[in-house]
Amino acid sequence: MKKLLLGTALCLAAMTPAAMAQDVSACLITKADTNPFFVKMKEGAEAKAAELGVTLKSYAGKIDGDHETQVAAIETCIADGAKGILITASDTSAIVQSVQQARDAGLVVIALDTPLTPIDAADATFATDNFLAGELIGKWAAAKMGAEAANAKIAMLDLAVSQPSVDVLRDQGFLTGFGIDVADPNKWGDETDPRIVGHDVTAGNEEGGRKAMENLLAKDPMINLVYTINEPSAAGAYEALKSIGRENDVTIVSVDGGCPGVANVKDGVIGATSQQYPLQMAALGVEAIKAWADSGAKPEPTPGKDFFDTGVKLVTDTPADGVESIDSAEGTNLCWG
Amino acid sequence: MSNPSEAEQGLTRRSESIASFDHQMTLLSRVQHALHSNPALVPLIVLVFSVIVFGALLGTKFFSSFAMTLILQQVAIVGIVGAAQSLVILTAGIDLSVGAIMVLSSVIMGQFTFRLGMPPAVAIACGLVVGTFIGFVNGWLIARVKLPPFIVTLGIWQIALATNFLYSGNETIRAQEIETQAPLLQFFGKSFTLGGAVFTYGVIFFIVLVLVLAYVLRHTAWGRHVYAVGDDPDAAALSGVNTKRILISVYMLSGLICAFAGWVLIGRIGSVSPTSGQSANIESITAVVIGGISLFGGRGSIMGMFFGALIVGVFSLGLRLMGADAQWTYLLIGALIIAAVAIDQWIRKVSA
Repeated sequence: MKKLLLGTALCLAAMTPAAMAQDVSACLITKADTNPFFVKMKEGAEAKAAELGVTLKSYAGKIDGDHETQVAAIETCIADGAKGILITASDTSAIVQSVQQARDAGLVVIALDTPLTPIDAADATFATDNFLAGELIGKWAAAKMGAEAANAKIAMLDLAVSQPSVDVLRDQGFLTGFGIDVADPNKWGDETDPRIVGHDVTAGNEEGGRKAMENLLAKDPMINLVYTINEPSAAGAYEALKSIGRENDVTIVSVDGGCPGVANVKDGVIGATSQQYPLQMAALGVEAIKAWADSGAKPEPTPGKDFFDTGVKLVTDTPADGVESIDSAEGTNLCWG
Repeated sequence: MSNPSEAEQGLTRRSESIASFDHQMTLLSRVQHALHSNPALVPLIVLVFSVIVFGALLGTKFFSSFAMTLILQQVAIVGIVGAAQSLVILTAGIDLSVGAIMVLSSVIMGQFTFRLGMPPAVAIACGLVVGTFIGFVNGWLIARVKLPPFIVTLGIWQIALATNFLYSGNETIRAQEIETQAPLLQFFGKSFTLGGAVFTYGVIFFIVLVLVLAYVLRHTAWGRHVYAVGDDPDAAALSGVNTKRILISVYMLSGLICAFAGWVLIGRIGSVSPTSGQSANIESITAVVIGGISLFGGRGSIMGMFFGALIVGVFSLGLRLMGADAQWTYLLIGALIIAAVAIDQWIRKVSA
């Protein structure tokens, strides 16, 4: 027992100087540890933190949508004396009050991936331009279908009934890119264009993607273009199409750029996907907190946008005229997860 | 003493009838009695009624063999898990860990094949064994350590789910890889057509499972013991039922069925995805409750759960085909749950 105590004391003593040197500490709060996107984000943040000598503590909700755990994590970070928080909010409106508490306590708060509602509730937002991500696959689909685009029958596989901002932005971006009037750009499902067969929700996984696709196929079996919120739901939709033998005459487009998704582009399961860069988001976020701690400078948004754009690229092996893209080989080099 | 005694007079004038209760055989009480003796009747009536209503509203789009079998495909997984849940709820327990056992088993089947290089058949067997083992842990803690089922399965739910994410590294194994290297994993996704109807092997498994369990519960000693333990464990124990062994066997069987559900899940979604099946526990309880199985144990039939699962499927597809917002499905399913329990309470009055 004495030995153990002594050992512990020695360990603590050995750790103290290091802890003194790293007096900048930061928090990363993600939606859940259950999504490779956030796993990659955490990796990016940890690597950059180690490089800059920042102490990083990571927190995550138990599942996507677990708001309470995120609030508790913010409170922990404030109590812990962190300089800044990087957060991917599960509930973009409800988290605002807790974020304000942190900012009042002198922390810089940066939203990663998902903008808060309103967006200026955070000091900065480092994210993919989700509307642009949607627009790219919409434009690609329109170019690929050519004149047939006028007779398209489109299935829209969205994320959740609560219509989180990323869900709305990608959906509305896709429709805009395809050339469809989106009515109210702040919500999906209010469009009147007859080319849209219907919207259904997928929870962003394979199971939900398959069921939603089946529901829409029951509504109209001649669907020939499928928008999906992300690649797992696209994989599920593909299974539904395969079960009725239509996997080769329907085009699926998606967003994310995860490694299994890019592999699906290569295999022809997904026609095109918009790739985002979670590692980049997190690394830049850690840099921004370090800068804030050193000089008090807050990160500036990308000119012309209300957030810092971490970039998006279209990945496809059948490039379409007028839409810039990279092929699946290059996409594989840049993929995450 | 020539006169017959008063006692004798009393004897000769006595009523010949034996003690009885007044039966008011009104139509309502007859209905009530019929429903009481056939617990699957209410959900069956609701099912037929909802199919007729949606069929009338939507026509052949809904009332086709394709759509009807599609509903079966969509509810197969919840139904299989619901069968496991039914067994547990019949013992007056509850199993919150069913979805987690399912997804963990499917991840083990996939990862053992692709990461450890096992032959798919062995990996599948490992998945089934792990599912059964988790069920055993549930049952042992409940029967031997005497912890409440809600608490035990709440804990096991989180442990199994966390294990699932930690072990899989949140990685999905893609359908294409499984198709070329281990098609056996997708066995239950295979299908055949009969007329316009499409049956997957998963659906067939679901139907056969329900029929077998219905038979076992009704006609074997083990099945009657399950009911007895759920109805009154003390009485069951006094009459010689080994209640602990029955409980453990029920949770083990539940775990095994959930592991099979995991295999069926791979067939349905093509890939092995650690994020699947998150709400299977709630959905299976929904099917059980709508199917008229009492949460207090000992009452209800597995056929009722079968119809309960189908009712949810019919409502979901019917409402989506009508273009209703997905929220309406949840709202109506919620109303159905409350109605089902209310009807159950009303039927119970007949036995009071």
